[in-house]
Amino acid sequence: MSRQPYTPDEYRELVSRLTPPSRMLRGYWRAFWVGGTICCLGQALTLWAEQLNLGEITAPMFTTSALVFLGTTLTGIGVYDVIGKYAGAGSAIPVTGFANSMAAPAIEFQREGPITGVGARLFTLAGPVLAYGISASVAVGVVYWLVKGWVL
Amino acid sequence: MEILWMFVKAFVVGGLICDIGQLLILRTKLTNARILVIFVVSGVVLTAAGVYKPLVDFAGAGATVPLTGFGYSLAMGAIEAVNKYGFWGAFTGGITRTAAGITAAVVFGLLNALIFRPHAKP
Repeated sequence: MSRQPYTPDEYRELVSRLTPPSRMLRGYWRAFWVGGTICCLGQALTLWAEQLNLGEITAPMFTTSALVFLGTTLTGIGVYDVIGKYAGAGSAIPVTGFANSMAAPAIEFQREGPITGVGARLFTLAGPVLAYGISASVAVGVVYWLVKGWVL
Repeated sequence: MEILWMFVKAFVVGGLICDIGQLLILRTKLTNARILVIFVVSGVVLTAAGVYKPLVDFAGAGATVPLTGFGYSLAMGAIEAVNKYGFWGAFTGGITRTAAGITAAVVFGLLNALIFRPHAKP
């Protein structure tokens, strides 16, 4: 058969109807425990930062940077993709997944050169996240400023 | 005992937030990029609504490590900077508070791309 028998929408509907519930459940369990474990790692780093007497401002920086370092390095040595295939959202949603979403395309498109390859591809996923995240935070700040100035 | 409870809270809350992402992957046709954007923007909105801060106080890293926590930092940064610097704080606060994480991701991402060769997809 040369024509595609299903549109993408029909295919997705078919997959979700035919996937056994146990497979779905397994996906949720894997995302849950891997995501939870990464968060516990973050909690351990936070405790460590307290031990090191890092302040309230610098302690979260330490935790986030360490997790980001872990995420990019595991991506570089090819381990994070394996974890991602197992854990789905469990490894994509934590900040290590954000680090992975920057490092992975940059590594993959090396052959396109240091500028349009590595440099630009770093932001294939991070670009939209930063664009909408930062804009949303500015909107919140401006609304807060207005409310603070005129209501309070 | 208190430390154990702290880790249990981080594990359960962090795991559940990831399961919301898993739900979006399995039940909708949203792409990965869209899901990440939805998480960060949700974090910003929930923080502005005053909902996310209590969750952070309760679950610690369980709420700050998922990408909604990135949104939380962006929004908290903007609000605190407005308190400190007035209007222009809205433009500086978000990035200032998240600068370490963003810079780490850029620098380590770049270094990794310079050091490591592409791997075959697993």
